Parts: sequence; C-alpha cells; structure tokens
Amino acid sequence: MELTGAQSLIKSLEQVGVEVLFGLPGGAILPVYDPLIESSMRHILVRHEQGAGHAAEGYAQVTGRPGVAMVTSGPGATNIVTPLADAFMDSVPLVVISGQVATSAIGTDAFQEVDFTGITQGVTKHNWLVTDPDEIPRIIREAFYVATTGRPGPVVVDFPKDVANAKTDWSWSDEIDLPGYHPPAKPDMAAVRKALELISQAERPVVYVGGGVIKANAAAELAEFINMTDFPLVTTLMARGAFPDADPRHLGMPGMHGSYAAVTAIQKSDLLISFGARFDDRVTGKLSAFAPKAKVIHVDIDPAEIGKVRRPDVPVVADCALAIRAMTDEMKKMSASKKSLFDAKTKKAQLAWREQLAEWKALFPFAYDGKGDASHSGPIKPQQVVEELSAAADEDTILVTGVGQHQMWASQLWSFSKPRSWVSSGGLGTMGFAVPAAMGAKVGQPSKTVWAVDGDGCFQMTAQELITCSQEQIPVKIAILNNAYLGMVRQWQQMFYEERYSEVYLSADLPDYVKWAESMGCVGFRVDDPGEVSSVIEKANSIHDKPVVVDFRTDSMEKVFPMVPAGASNDDILVHPSLRERLAKEA
Amino acid sequence: MSVMSAQGKQIREEEATELIRPRPSHHLLAIKVENKFGVLSRVAGLFARRGFNIVSLAVAPTEDERFSRISIVVDAESAPLEQVVSQLNKLINVVEIKQLHPDDAIEAELLLATLKIDKAVPPPLKEAIIKYKANILEQSDSFVTVSCAAAPTKLDELENLLQSYSIVALHRTGQIALPKLEFLGK
Ligand SMILES: Cc1ncc(C[n+]2csc(CCOP(=O)(O)OP(=O)(O)O)c2C)c(N)n1
Ligand SMILES: [Mg+2]
Repeated sequence: MELTGAQSLIKSLEQVGVEVLFGLPGGAILPVYDPLIESSMRHILVRHEQGAGHAAEGYAQVTGRPGVAMVTSGPGATNIVTPLADAFMDSVPLVVISGQVATSAIGTDAFQEVDFTGITQGVTKHNWLVTDPDEIPRIIREAFYVATTGRPGPVVVDFPKDVANAKTDWSWSDEIDLPGYHPPAKPDMAAVRKALELISQAERPVVYVGGGVIKANAAAELAEFINMTDFPLVTTLMARGAFPDADPRHLGMPGMHGSYAAVTAIQKSDLLISFGARFDDRVTGKLSAFAPKAKVIHVDIDPAEIGKVRRPDVPVVADCALAIRAMTDEMKKMSASKKSLFDAKTKKAQLAWREQLAEWKALFPFAYDGKGDASHSGPIKPQQVVEELSAAADEDTILVTGVGQHQMWASQLWSFSKPRSWVSSGGLGTMGFAVPAAMGAKVGQPSKTVWAVDGDGCFQMTAQELITCSQEQIPVKIAILNNAYLGMVRQWQQMFYEERYSEVYLSADLPDYVKWAESMGCVGFRVDDPGEVSSVIEKANSIHDKPVVVDFRTDSMEKVFPMVPAGASNDDILVHPSLRERLAKEA
Repeated sequence: MSVMSAQGKQIREEEATELIRPRPSHHLLAIKVENKFGVLSRVAGLFARRGFNIVSLAVAPTEDERFSRISIVVDAESAPLEQVVSQLNKLINVVEIKQLHPDDAIEAELLLATLKIDKAVPPPLKEAIIKYKANILEQSDSFVTVSCAAAPTKLDELENLLQSYSIVALHRTGQIALPKLEFLGK
C-alpha cells in the first residue's frame, strides 16, 4: 500500500495501540498533522509543549501504558526536554514524536533546527532520527518496545519533514531486531535462594519498596510477600500506593521528609530488602551513615542500579513481580515441606522489632500545630487541607502533585490504598508538573476523580493547561496550597540561611487565582477559614463537568517535618518541634 | 572460570584477580556497537555524563559491516569498572563489551611523528628508529616522518626520546588490545 511518510507514522502509531496524543503543531510537523484528521486517535491540543510531555507522563503513570506527545522542531522540541528528563529520572514510558527540518537541511542552521537527538541523548533511554520513510513502522515498533520494556523510560523519534512527505510502503511485522537490547525478566534462582537465606535470619528486616514495584505491577506480589513474612515496609515517593497506608506494617515514606518510623527503621535494620528502589540520595541521606548494620538484598530490573550507590549482599536482576513471586514460591515450597521460614529465636526478635516500630509510629506521627482542630483561629494549616481531601476521597481517587512543601505534605498525609493512584515528579523535582500531569491522568482514567495538590509557585508555571482541560472537557480538580511563597526554598533559607529570605516571596493575592480559574473556564473557590475547608472540598467534589480550582490560603510559615537536612545522617532526623522533647527522652 | 580464595571460598575470577594483582591504572574495553547514526557520540556522551574519564579511544569497522568496535581505555580512578560496563550496556546500540585486564592483553598503538632534520637523519635518531622498530615513511632535506607501532609504554619511551629533536607534528592513535594467546577463547 503506497502512502506518505506522515500517513505511515500515523498508521504505525495506531498499530501499536496509541489512543491519545498530546501535542501542538508547527512547520516541521505539519505534514503529520494532516492525516491526523482522519485518525481514530484523540489529539489533545496543549498550550505549551511542556504540558504535552507532563500530560503524557500522567497518562502513563495511571494507565501503565506509554504516554505519547507530538511537537514541532526547534522550540517545540526544546520545550519538551524537561518532561523527557522528568520521565527519564522516574522511569516513565514516554514516546515523543518531534518534527525535524528536512534531511537535506540538517546541519545548516535551518529555521527551527535543533539537534534534537543530540540534545536528548542524556535524558532518553534511546532516540531515533528517521532518515528512510520505509523504516517508519520498524522504528515506531522499536520505540514503543524500548520505552515500555525492561526499566521503562522516555524515547524520542525525530521526524524530518521530507521523510514525512516522501512516498513509502507500509507493512507491519512484530519482529524486533535490537541486538544490543535484552531486558532481563526472570530472576536467577540461586540469587533468590540466597535472598531467602538472609530473609530467614533477619531479626530487624525492612522492605524498602520503590517505584519499580508500581512499574512492574507487582502490588499483589508485594502484598503476598508481606503477608507471608509479616515484614514491615516503607514506600518511597515513587512507590506511594504500592501498599495500603492503613496497614499497620506500613511505616510510610522514608527519606528527607519521611516518617520517623520509616527513616529510623531503615537505620536500625539488619536486613534491607529493596524492591525496585535506587537508593536515591533523598532516601539515604549521608551515604556512609545509611542503614549501617543492614545487609542488603537489591532487586532491580536495571543491572546498572546494582552497586551504583550501595553494594548489595544479594543482587537480584529481574522484573520485580517475577522476583517477588519467585521468593514467595520458594517460601510456599518450604511450608509445603513443613519447614518454617524463621526459627523460634528469630521469630521472637522479629516480634520485638515490630513492637518497637509500632511504638515509634505511635509516638512520632506527622504532627502539626492545631491538628484535629478545624475551629482554630489562625490561618489554614496546609496539612489540614490534605487530610480533609484524603478523608473525602474514594479509594480510586488519583492524587497528583507539583514539587515543594505541598508535595511532601500530600505524600505524607494522603492515605493511599491502590497502586497508580499517585502521580508526582520524584527524581527531577519538576515544578509545574501537577496541572498537566493531572490532565493526562484524567484522560487516562476518565471515570476516576483526579485531584492535584499544587503549590502557588508551581501552579503559575503551567496553569495554562487548564484552558486545554476546559476546552477538551477534562474535569480535573486543583487544590492550590497558597502560602504566598516558594515555600520549600523559603524553608531552607529559614533553617539553613539564618532566615535571610532571598527571592522567595510570591504574594497570596497576585494573581487572583479565582478570577484566573474562571477566565480559563474553570470553577474557582477561595478558602481562608479552617472551618470552611471541608465544605468547599465537598462542593468541589460535586462538580463533574468542569475543572475546579481551589485557592486555599495556607499558613505561610509552616515547615515540613520530619526533615533530614541535606547531607546529614538519617540518624539526625529533625522531628516536629512539638515532638522534640519526646524524642530526646527516647534517645 | 572460578578459583578458590585463601579462605577456601569459591569466588569469581575477576574478584580473584583483584586479590592477587595490584589494581590496574586503566581498564581496557572493547565495545562492539551497531553501526548506527550517532553511536560514537552516545558512547562518548555517556562517559562525559557519568564522569568517567577516557584515556584514549579508537573506532574501526569490524569483520561484520553491521558492527564497529570501539576500543576505550578508561581511567580506573574515575569510576568502578562495573558501573562503566553496566551503564554502557544500557545503550541500545551497544551489543557486547569485552573487558581486558592490562596484564592479560597485548596492547598496541601507532605513533606518527614529523621531525625537523638538517639534510640527514642524525645517527642517534637512526639508532632509536632501529631500536623501536620504527619506520621512515617519508624524508626530505629538512623533514623526516617516522611511524612506530608498539605497546603504549614503548611509545611513551620513544616519544620521550623524540623530544630532543624538533618535533613538527606528533600523533598517536590511542591503543587497541587483544587478549594474549593464553587467554584466547576463555
Ligand atoms: C522548575 C523548577 N524550578 C525551581 C525549583 C526549585 N524549587 C523546589 S521547590 C520550590 C518552591 C515551590 O513553590 P510552590 O510551588 O509554591 O510550593 P511550596 O513549596 O510553597 O509548597 C522551588 C523553587 C524546582 N524544583 N523546579
Ligand atoms: Mg508556595
């Protein structure tokens, strides 16, 4: 069948199952936008290409399917570099199709030419420059295969205009010819048995759950592992939702703003079982002081993560779901042959460990002044907003965040019960992530409620995508925790720069968020009174046909606790001031 | 191949070598890559991004035209070899990586140098040319161009020697390596 390169591209995208594209056209990608008119795929016209990228990420995170964005060459392409970097850090399957100048013009500084495969080399899993129209189906197949298999990640297909206009044949085969790409899948059983040996001797175990568990759809396997071992666990910022927060064995999030119980449990553990986590510096704190007594089992699908930061005692290179299942299968074999996993002495030690952890959890919760007292007279505490949002949400509700204090409060205080119900920018920490990612999440899961908890600073970076939401009828809900500051930076200046506030004040009233929301076709609310928080949330939850923006005027000076200062040991965790005396006694 | 350590534990060969031999100052990597657009830049870019230092790098086609071989000498101080190799392996166009311990390898490199002379090649230079099995490629009244293919350490010596003449230009290719015959196929 003869068609153009552009038609071949569209047909290939349909063939791999793409249903939605987020994008914005321009000169070099024009030929591709023409056959898009006839395509079954839905295109969502964003207002800025960064929005397209984050929307595609949000879509991918909640569906488990790759997100797709399409942009033009030059500035369109460079505008999506941030989402590519974000997806690279957080292992999000993202496919970006970028227009490029004609192959004959490449290298001539042509209008809107940038070396996009060069620019994105360090922030993609792989990229392709299409030079032969006959290769379009193969490259699209490979691009989606690379983005979604092994450790997922972003890819770029750079698509020159003359290739789009050229005549070509289209034929499809499912064959993949990538001689240098062999993602691991099954674990080495010798490693699994070694891991079980360590597990059976652990007196103070902690399961350290990372985003890999979400990516591998391994929540059920994890639950079975926890049920069989009764081991306590922590879920990192990328893994929130992998295990229900309400379960007493769940200690919460570890790391710089993690719960006291999670951080301290890791520090005191004698066995750390990492499932799909990467020992990020925000989790380890000062590396030489991190979990000093722990042996480490490190399960990861990416061999380069093994030993990158901490040398494991048992490495298991495999898909998390398969690796965890292999472990539970071995345990089942043991119990079938009447062997118990733990001897009496170990069991007793584990019991004492669990009691200790329960005590820490009870003694050192996420505290803030005025907790549980909505009638207090002061400004709204941001934590109260998150708690009330969570309380009013059903278990399918998806929570998206920006980056800053509000993100940490959201992660700390929302009670998650399901995987893929949390979308946040972890490794890159990209301000402006929330609004477009929420849009993408809602497109991916239209029947679920999508709330974004955003910062005032973040909101101002990408709010324009609410226009897209209104026009495309994507009714997301945005809660701005408006503290009039770049709050997280202000907190650091307050704590580590002698309260010398440098360029962090934004203003609570400028812009007028309600008017701005209304001008973008959304419903806007403003809340100043702690007593009105829940009723406005209820109102917002009852609106289903329009995006909603709520401007919560929150306490400007509130800080996120606990906190492990950058570069400090996790042992030096700072808890909320109201708990410091208690902690001193404990020590 | 595995060997027994002093403690009687079965350990892998690489680990065993680490115990017996001093840590090498450099690692030799032979990287087989797909002959695709931009592949050298991907490999070089990875080294730059991850802070691994390249001592030298040489690229050439292989016996199979779909692939090229990149020979890289990596500064052992700048990164653990294991990280370098596993990060390289993540590049989609990297098909195979062979590591060679410098002690197990035949290393070779080519040097070209043009020197200023006065009518004839001075006798000490002639002696050096013979000693290092170098060749005179071209000669005029005022200049001579010599080449020498040898182990990099030999070339270092030769280069030192040449410093006492006036060097117009001197190029080295960067080393390539193959396993010594006793390790062939192991
Ligand atoms: C694009 C970008 N620029 C700068 C930063 C540094 N940064 C991290 S948090 C933060 C403040 C965010 O302010 P806001 O959205 O109001 O959230 P808050 O911390 O006040 O909750 C800044 C500037 C960043 N993470 N991303
Ligand atoms: Mg703020």
